[in-house]
Amino acid sequence: MAYMHIGKDFTPPDVPGKVTGRIKYAEDYTREGMVYARLLTSPIPHARVVDIDASEALEMEGVLGMLTADDCYPDGEPQSTGLKMLTNEPTLVGEPILAIAAVDEKTAETAISKISVTFERLPFVLDPLDSLQPDGADAYNGGNTFVFRQGFAEEKWSSDQVASFRAGNEPTAEPQQTVAYGDLEASFSESSYVYEGTFTNAGYPHMSMEPRSALAYWEDGKLYLHGGSQSLTAFADGIAGVIGVPKEDLVFVNAATGGGFGQRARAGSIPVYGVPAKLSQKINRPVMMRVTREEEFTIGGARQGLTGWIKVGFKPDGVMAACDLWIVSDNGGKGGGADAYSAADCISVLYQADAVRFRGTAIGTNTAHRGAQRGPGQNQIAPIISPILDVAADELGISRFDIRKINTPMNGDVGGPQRTPFTSAYMPEALELAAEKFGWEERQSRRRQTNGSKVIGLGIGQGYHNAGRSGMDGIVMMGADGRLKVHNGVGNLGTYSYASTSRAAAEVLKMPWERVDIITGRTDLHLPITSPQDGSNSIFTNTRTFYGAAQDMLAKMKEIAANDLGGAVEDYDISNERVHQISDETVGMTFAEVAARGIEIGGKYTGSAELPEELAEWTQIAVSRLAGTGFMGVFHDPQHEGNPPGFTVTCIEIELDKETGKYEILDLINVAESGTIMHPKGMENQLVGGAVWGIGLSGYERHLYDPQNGMPASTGYWQSKVPTYLDTPVKIQTGWVDLPDPENPVGARGVGEPAQGSVSAALTAAITDALDGHIFGASPITADMIINHVAGTTENSVPLAQNNFRG
Amino acid sequence: MVATSHDVMPDIELYQPADEATALDLAARLGNEGWLLSGGQDTYGWLKDRNKTPAAMIELTQIDAWKGVKEIADGIEIGATTTLTEIANDPLIKSRYALLAKAASVVASPQIRNVGTLGGNLNQDARCWYYRRGLDCYRAGGNICYADSPEGLNREHALFGASRCVAVSPSDTAPALVALDATMVVSSASGQRLVPAQDYFVGPDRDIVNMTALNAGEILTAIRVPNTWANAEFYWEKVADRNVWDFALVSVAAVFRVSGNTIEDSRVACGAVECVPRRLETVENAIRGQQRSESTASSAGNLATDGARPLNYNHFKIPLMQNLVKRAIRG
Repeated sequence: MAYMHIGKDFTPPDVPGKVTGRIKYAEDYTREGMVYARLLTSPIPHARVVDIDASEALEMEGVLGMLTADDCYPDGEPQSTGLKMLTNEPTLVGEPILAIAAVDEKTAETAISKISVTFERLPFVLDPLDSLQPDGADAYNGGNTFVFRQGFAEEKWSSDQVASFRAGNEPTAEPQQTVAYGDLEASFSESSYVYEGTFTNAGYPHMSMEPRSALAYWEDGKLYLHGGSQSLTAFADGIAGVIGVPKEDLVFVNAATGGGFGQRARAGSIPVYGVPAKLSQKINRPVMMRVTREEEFTIGGARQGLTGWIKVGFKPDGVMAACDLWIVSDNGGKGGGADAYSAADCISVLYQADAVRFRGTAIGTNTAHRGAQRGPGQNQIAPIISPILDVAADELGISRFDIRKINTPMNGDVGGPQRTPFTSAYMPEALELAAEKFGWEERQSRRRQTNGSKVIGLGIGQGYHNAGRSGMDGIVMMGADGRLKVHNGVGNLGTYSYASTSRAAAEVLKMPWERVDIITGRTDLHLPITSPQDGSNSIFTNTRTFYGAAQDMLAKMKEIAANDLGGAVEDYDISNERVHQISDETVGMTFAEVAARGIEIGGKYTGSAELPEELAEWTQIAVSRLAGTGFMGVFHDPQHEGNPPGFTVTCIEIELDKETGKYEILDLINVAESGTIMHPKGMENQLVGGAVWGIGLSGYERHLYDPQNGMPASTGYWQSKVPTYLDTPVKIQTGWVDLPDPENPVGARGVGEPAQGSVSAALTAAITDALDGHIFGASPITADMIINHVAGTTENSVPLAQNNFRG
Repeated sequence: MVATSHDVMPDIELYQPADEATALDLAARLGNEGWLLSGGQDTYGWLKDRNKTPAAMIELTQIDAWKGVKEIADGIEIGATTTLTEIANDPLIKSRYALLAKAASVVASPQIRNVGTLGGNLNQDARCWYYRRGLDCYRAGGNICYADSPEGLNREHALFGASRCVAVSPSDTAPALVALDATMVVSSASGQRLVPAQDYFVGPDRDIVNMTALNAGEILTAIRVPNTWANAEFYWEKVADRNVWDFALVSVAAVFRVSGNTIEDSRVACGAVECVPRRLETVENAIRGQQRSESTASSAGNLATDGARPLNYNHFKIPLMQNLVKRAIRG
């Protein structure tokens, strides 16, 4: 389809501000009378606060007040998972205990050093398998796991069961969750190659470049909160409840966010917003709380570490007959995350196995709190399953490309334990495109070629994430100047999705882009509710809402024109910012004229009547405040059918040095299959950024805690090992299939998350290839692991230990 | 109780002397209470987290005499506040002592090399995370080593020379200067003393608190590299987790005089395997007069790790060190 905007590059309106530095992040704001807050955080992994003596600190000149958990929760702290604003029951090092407000940060920090907190130390644990031991410590007060609707509980295995799992065997304990389809036993019996082994994925922190700093102040009964989030209205909707302020009295200001990878989508990082808000209320001053890099680590959250056992069977023709997956998830110090189930779902989707069984148990540890991080579950299992496919292919005499084609999802297929049909699926096309652009077949002659201590490895990988939601709302407005105003609550996390999704409205109304204003950046500009900007959903979800809102405006334009100029609605079309009769284009009105007429008539044309009944409360507030101020299109998006998948395929060539354990990525291509491409430059950014992340997941990133005292060792960029520019290829090739999805009005689906998973899968496959098919069963695979494998040496490490060097 | 990150600079006096005498007087007067500040890359983290609490900083970068590279009768003299970028790009160093240029060029990141100095790279403190975290380990005045314990996270720690502390020398330029037989110029208000590079770095058996022979009141003002190994055959390699930022897991710096294919003489040093750059004199002796061959390299590599005592998580350093020494000898 020939589009005016869809699939075309453009300059998102925040780019000049980012290039010049003029755009404002949370820390850039000031307010008259603003003071600064600093946190006192727990130095102990599991404890109870017995006493706080802050008398000396509070007497210091320049100190304005203190906030404790008792202030935040006068009726007692909620006994649930997730971070609290402040706590007297810390379950991880770095959990905020109290905050001090002072005229400057130095004074606040000095005051903190004068506070004496008496803790009662409690047993702590860093490895879920240690906690599962009969005498293992429990991470939480009341157990080591959280049961939905029941609360904290204790989960224990026998010592033999733990030891057997650590030794590489299938867990024999009863799982907390079992999901299955197909006849597992029969499918394994049809298999001619079966792989079975244990694995670990390291959790690792988000490490957003911009820490989660926030400024809060109260004026005229309203809370103004400046912060950084992946989402705008979805975040504000949630944080209003956390702080306890009515939705209509919260103004969330967030023009730009310096990186969001899952944990900034929702109101989970409660302390960084709740503390300045509550402290500001208490001392009646604007409060800025800048978050340190280390606090960003502890408050910002981390990917779940997974400890698993996997058994995969392949038929003689390469078809994946069965996959049996057992995962113990590391839920960290505050619970959270459902990565393990998503891992099983991902295998089911990507490889269309005849039978799949997932068993899982989630156990807390006294480590950073966990939650969604780019491809939660899908991306951890990607580097585990991909080498298994390769070894199976070699065993069965099938090419590594063909085994993926044999098992590929495609149109008409279903996926996941729920057997959900895809809205569309063009994975075969993505595989072909990636292989062709990369020259996969031609490169096979170089496979395992050696040059001294160096050897070539080739890898191919696939990524998947469910990439679209629905049920949200859209608002577009037009004034008498005829400019289209897209009220966009998506949020600006750096992907430009807030702008890309707005173009769906411009497309419907055939508006020149320079005549479109995106209204965003603060919620008092009256923005509709959106789904949180996570799960790769934004493009699919919000093109639906803005397309629908623009369609509503278009229908209203035609109604007004038909009423004023005669004829039926069907007799009218639009072009060049006019609504006109199809048979005689001279009979019509400009958009400016029709908007002015709509404002004059009022009622449904200005949002004052006949609104969709299903609008969310947040949208209702926005519409009520906009009502009568302009010509309005408003839309509630009904639920869509099926699973809109985001797919990616990656091919990698590496040269691995067996003497140093290091490798160079010689070439890498990352190809997307995500429906119609909305914004090619944005897509390229996603694919390149995802590639860097995938390299980090498979090669470097880690989550270390000292077993002796429970302290984090990887709180900064140095020790958490995010990949650097010299660990990634100079040029990362990209490509996309660009076929429309029928469940989206412009054909688009999301792709952010799988862009990492496929790269992780391909890189691990390439390392395995270079080492003659050795499967590490781990992410990351670090230089020391490769050296030890080649040299035949081993470390004195505990098998399958999380939050350590191997997990 | 160990504090978590504060990330706020405390109040501290800052002295910015513009001449040598003033700087040396300040160093003498302030002693251990005076923190020598050059590029600041091993300063602000300590101070902001309040794990080191000196009374004052003495900034050395205003003193021109302690900057730059100049020829001297026997080789070159490098001012200690010369930046690592300047050293990596200096024509004289690149032409005669490419080993040092290479070592300087892979320190940390371009941003850090642009402000970080040679003196700072040599004098930087141990990078053991337990110590940096502010724990009460031996090096911090306590009576325990958290890394050398049954559960310690010691993947990056020492194979050799453990004596209560198992931290390693983190400097990339230090092994190169030991291999080049450099001399450290140590100045103080009472004069100047010259210390061979190999003796400048001290292990925990001699001094559990300091990693160099620099005493309170003294300043490393220059490094002299003699003509002895100018234009020799050099080998430098650093293996780190990542190619930017990271300290070496193991590094090797080697200089060779080769005639035909015969190794006439050499100096070989490894970084990140001991608290000091580990000079491999047994290797040097074993290969002297030998053909530069795979066989020589292989046996020398194995010899290099004699006496290694791996910890729980750093066994890999043994084959890695062996491989790097082999590669150095192979050339």
